[in-house]
This record gives sequence, structure tokens and C-alpha cells, in this order.
Amino acid sequence: MNLHEYQAKDVFRSYGIPVPLGRVAASADEAAEAAAALGGSVWVVKAQVHAGGRGKAGGVKLTRDIEGVRSAAADMLSRRLVTQQTSAEGLPVSQVYVESGSDIAREIYLSLTLNRDRGRIAFIGSAAGGMDIEEVAHRTPEKILSAVIHPAAGLAAYQARDLAFGLGLTGGQIGEFQSLTAALYRLYIDKDLSLVEINPLIVTKAGSLLALDAKINVDDNALFRHPELAQLRDSSQEDPMERRAAEHDLNYVSLDGDIACMVNGAGLAMATMDLIKLHRGHPANFLDVGGGATSERVTAAFELILSNPKVRAVLVNIFGGIVRCDLIAEGVINAVKKVNVKVPVVVRLEGTNADKAREMLAKSGLAITPATDLTDAARKVVALAKGQK
Amino acid sequence: MSILVNRNTQVICQGFTGKQGTFHSEAALAYGTKLVGGVTPGRGGQRHLGLPVFDTVQDAVRETGATASMIYVPAAGAADSILEAADAGIELVVCITEGVPVNDMVRVKAVLAGSATRLVGPNCPGVITPGECKIGIMPGFIHQKGSVGIVSRSGTLTYEAVLQTTTVGLGQSTCVGIGGDPVRGMNFVDVLELFERDPRTEGIILVGEIGGNDEEAAARYISKFVSKPVVAYVAGVTAPPGKRMGHAGAIVAGGQGTAADKYAAFEAAGVRTVKSPAELGSSIASLLRGRVAQSQSRLQSAAARAPAAPRRAKGRKALKRTKPAGPARRPATAARQRNSSARAKPRGKRR
Repeated sequence: MNLHEYQAKDVFRSYGIPVPLGRVAASADEAAEAAAALGGSVWVVKAQVHAGGRGKAGGVKLTRDIEGVRSAAADMLSRRLVTQQTSAEGLPVSQVYVESGSDIAREIYLSLTLNRDRGRIAFIGSAAGGMDIEEVAHRTPEKILSAVIHPAAGLAAYQARDLAFGLGLTGGQIGEFQSLTAALYRLYIDKDLSLVEINPLIVTKAGSLLALDAKINVDDNALFRHPELAQLRDSSQEDPMERRAAEHDLNYVSLDGDIACMVNGAGLAMATMDLIKLHRGHPANFLDVGGGATSERVTAAFELILSNPKVRAVLVNIFGGIVRCDLIAEGVINAVKKVNVKVPVVVRLEGTNADKAREMLAKSGLAITPATDLTDAARKVVALAKGQK
Repeated sequence: MSILVNRNTQVICQGFTGKQGTFHSEAALAYGTKLVGGVTPGRGGQRHLGLPVFDTVQDAVRETGATASMIYVPAAGAADSILEAADAGIELVVCITEGVPVNDMVRVKAVLAGSATRLVGPNCPGVITPGECKIGIMPGFIHQKGSVGIVSRSGTLTYEAVLQTTTVGLGQSTCVGIGGDPVRGMNFVDVLELFERDPRTEGIILVGEIGGNDEEAAARYISKFVSKPVVAYVAGVTAPPGKRMGHAGAIVAGGQGTAADKYAAFEAAGVRTVKSPAELGSSIASLLRGRVAQSQSRLQSAAARAPAAPRRAKGRKALKRTKPAGPARRPATAARQRNSSARAKPRGKRR
């Protein structure tokens, strides 16, 4: 789960991590009031969306008068923001964050996330702040610094110092950086985060450190022990289909093709998409109905994938382990009847009670195309989606 | 032979009396697994499925002598259950539970690095040696005792590989589902090492997916240490970047962990890759057929020369001295150090 910048900065404040003064606003007037209350003469208005690349997309505006704050907020709140990281439709902006302007001397990149190769949490730092870190890592990997943390020892002071020197910090900044990284690590562990990123972390002209941006991702698996974070969820930032799927405990990811898939197991669901592509078709989605799929869940899954207007054919691919294929067949039959399916449906069932399930489908009298194996299923559904029999 | 589990493995179940634990314990018993009891704190002294229930793993190990445990406790308690099993000296812990917080696993992994316990999972289908021992949620009936070792990050894709190897008549030595989480116990490399040493395993199927670099590590390991034929498949060619595809670990992040990179790594390592999961069975069958023909012709030519045995022994000793150290990143656990004398033999030297 992602937090908005303003939420992440509230969390930062509670951990003593220095951030600029700021207020969140849901209208142009509120934004103007926020700027007046903050005082000063320079403000930054920032669209609150769950995506990076806001600056280049017009989602961050610097202004020197209150009217500028008002008009920037009005503009941002009136449209969806499309950035490099969003879909072409972009994301809705229902809040802006108004912040006091800062004097920037230097920009640094700093994040804390899982290092999968080591199975440990690691800091990543780069003196090239404010830039796309992936690009920095790709072009100049030597500019990326890392400190891998042993969970028993925690972040050692020497590791923080190493990073600080590597980032070119000097004097009192070293101590500030040590406190900041210690607080970030404490926050990461306390709140079960999967990412905390500050890009940029700045050195102000006065010489102190300040987190100009804040990004926090929370480990979904650990949300059960953080109700205070769970309530910060903004579902307007999520794909509506994916949100609906989550309500039914289905794992769904939207893609832009025209062949809907319903599969059990994440690996097989990915493999099914790949197979469709291999046979020159285009998958419309990833959908894992899970190991404990019931007839009801299959029906819900069918309704979900068919609500996508682009869908021209459906492939059901089930390998029954714990799941009995006859239950899946029952779900498919119910769904096809209930949802009034108008596109061709290809079904491949294998595993527990597969023979019985095939028989049920054959006897149902419904226009369901049976497939004998993976390859047969992919060929048939691709042909049907292209309107070939 | 087999790896990790066999007909003599004595198994306990943690989360024994729960719904999942009960369901899969019944299935394990029906399959013939030597399940000798289970653990549910607070229910020690009771009996469940005709077997004793213990309060702690320590008690269960003392009373039953179990060396393996399967874990079906809910995600919030799964990490604790793994630590409890390791502390009680369980040699093989198989954690089926899905949805374990990643930071919990980071801590578990650090603890296990100093112990002799092997962990499989979490978020995995488990381990099965067909006809002998089933620890996990896989459907037993599709398996057949045989010669192919299967290692996979995905449950249902493992079943596909199993069914295909059964259909082509090869069967499986042992199947290990290592799980779909980003931080897990045994990895491809650990399982490959065991398959290479196992005389029963003649060929290996490896099923990977997007996310992380474990397939790349496996490819490097295979090129250095695995002499047996390997067929690899990687799921997620069509997965969009930045999206988690069902498994917590299946995500292409920052351009890292793509299926294309993984395929390239396998191909560079000389591993046979398939782009369709439907070709796993036929590909390993054709590799093994080729191998049988090859070794027969080798045998014939060897028979025409001097006796093979002493030369082979000499060859092995020499190899042990010059053996490369292996991928640098692998943590040196106690278990591995102990086993290192029986390490995998380099490519091409197994007859």
C-alpha cells in the first residue's frame, strides 16, 4: 500500500525526520489559506497522487504569491495527472500539498528497501539527487552507495557515517545524517514498510538536511498489525478493476489486450498470459482465483473480467490441486448463465476431478469450447478472439 | 534415493488442529507420509487424527523423534513457528503459509543462517518424494516415482511440470516448491546442489518467474556445478513493470528481474530453455534420451579401453582440489559447511 506525500511527511515528523512546513488542501481556497497560514514568500504546490514524475507532468508548481498558489491548486484539482509512471488515463488529484519553499544548496537521493539478493534491508544513497535513480543506477552504477543492515545489529553508526562521507556531507551534516538514517530505519521496522524514499533529500543553503519529498510503501502482508496505516489507504488511486478484485480476494492486474484469463495460481496465471502472447494473442488481464477457489469466487471472477469492454474471448485455465475441477466447472456454468456471456469461452481443466468437470461442461449445453491442454487452449482462444472458428 | 524427504522421514505438523492443518495432515497421512504428531499450543496431551498433539515443538521432537515439520499456522504467527521449529532442532521446516510479512522473514533468515535447519517456503506448495513422503498442499495423485527433480517458485506451474513428466513416463525424484515470496528459505541454488548429488535424479526442471535475481544465480551455479541436464522456464514475459503479479516476489522493479534477463542468463549458461510451460516434459525427455544414447556409446568405448573405476576416482580427487569456490553471495550456513565435502561435482564428470 502506498501513502501520499503529505501522509508520509506526517509520519516523518512523528519520527523527528526534518521536513518543510506544509499543509494539505482539497480546494483552491483551502490552498490559498494554507499558504497564508504558512507565511513566507515562496510556496510549492504539489499534486497528491500515488505516482512519481510529478514535476515534469505539471504536478509541482513553485510560486511567489498567494494567487499563484490558488490558481496552481485549482488547475491541479481540476484534472487527472498523467506522469511517466501512470497509465494514459492518469490519476485523480483530490488534494494538493502546499509547502514553504526551501533554499536548495544540494540534492541527494536516499532510500531504504529490501535487498532481495541478501534477504536484508538496505539503504541506497546517491549524491545525484532529484534524478531518476533507476537511470543513475543504470548509467553510473558507481554513484550508487549501499549499506546492508543486519537485523540483529540494526543500522550501525559506522554504516551511516560511510554513507554520509560517500554522499559528500561535511561537519554537522554527518551527525544530522546519522540521526536521520537511524530514524528512517526505526520507522521502516516499526511500521513494516517495504520502501521509504526521499528524493530529494536536500542540503539547505543554511547547511542542514531536509526531506523535500517523502515516499512510503507499506508491506500489505503486515497491514493487519498497523490499523493506523491501513486507514490511510486512498482507493481512488488504485485501478478500479484491481480494487474490485481485491474486494473478492482475487489477484488481478489490468493489461491492455483482449483475451481475458481466469487461472488458479500466480505462476500459472503469468504463464497463461505468456502463452497467449506466444500464440500471437493479447492478454487482457492477470487473474489468480487462488488455491481455495469456490464456485462463488469463480462467478465473481467471471463478472469482473467480463466488465472489461475490450474483452473478445475468455480463457479459463485451472490446474486442480486442492481445488476440485468439478467445483470450478460448476462456477463457470453458473457464471456463463448468470452473466450472459457474449464472447467465446475456452476452458482447460486438469487435475483433481478433471474428467467429471469436462463431462459437466459438455452436458451443460452452453457454448463453451473445451481444450485438451495448455497449447490447445492458447491456440483456440487466440483464434476465437480474432473471430476465426 | 531422493532429496530432503523419503519414506523414513518423520513429520510433525504445526498448526495441526486448525482447518488447514487438519485438511492437509489427513491428505499427507492418506498419501503415506510418516506423520507422527502435531503442535497446537494449549492443546498438548489431546489426540487429533489419531495422533498426539503437543504444546511445543520441543515436546513433539522429544516424544516422536520427528526431523521435519510442516507449518500451516496463519501468517501472523508463521515466522514464530519457523523459529520454534529451528530452535527445537528440526532439520527440515516446510512453511506453506502465504502472506508472511517480509520483515519477519528478514529476521528469520538471519537466525537460520547460524543453524543447521533448512527452510522451504514460505508461500509454497511444499516438498514431495513421490510414493514416499508428501509435505504440502500438492495433489499427490499426479506424481509418479521417477528420475526428474523439479524445483519451482510457483505451485500450479510445478503441477504442470509434474503431470508432464508423469505423462512422458519419467516421473519425479523429488519436487520442491521454494515459494513465491521475496525472502525465503532454500533457493534454486540450494536445491540444485542437492539434485546434483542425488543419484536418483537424472534431469532437472527449473521453473522461475519474474522478480529478484535468483534465476540468474541458478544459471551461474548450473554452468559451474551441475552436470545433469536442466530445462528452465520463466513465467512473466508479459508482466507489466512495477506490478506485483500475485506472488509477493513476482515484480519487475527498476528494470530488474525481467523474464528476458533471466532467459538470457540461462541461455548464456547453456541451459535448455522453453518459452512455453507445455514443453517442459517433452524437453527434459528429449535431453535425457540424448544422454542415455550418449552414455551408452561412452560405455562401449570405455569398455574397449582400460577399466574405468580407478581413473574416475583419481579424476574426482583432482577436481576437488581445483573446484571453484562457488557464487560469492551465497551465505555459508553451518549445514552447508558440514556438507561441503560432498559438494556437487563439476559439469561433465558424472557417469
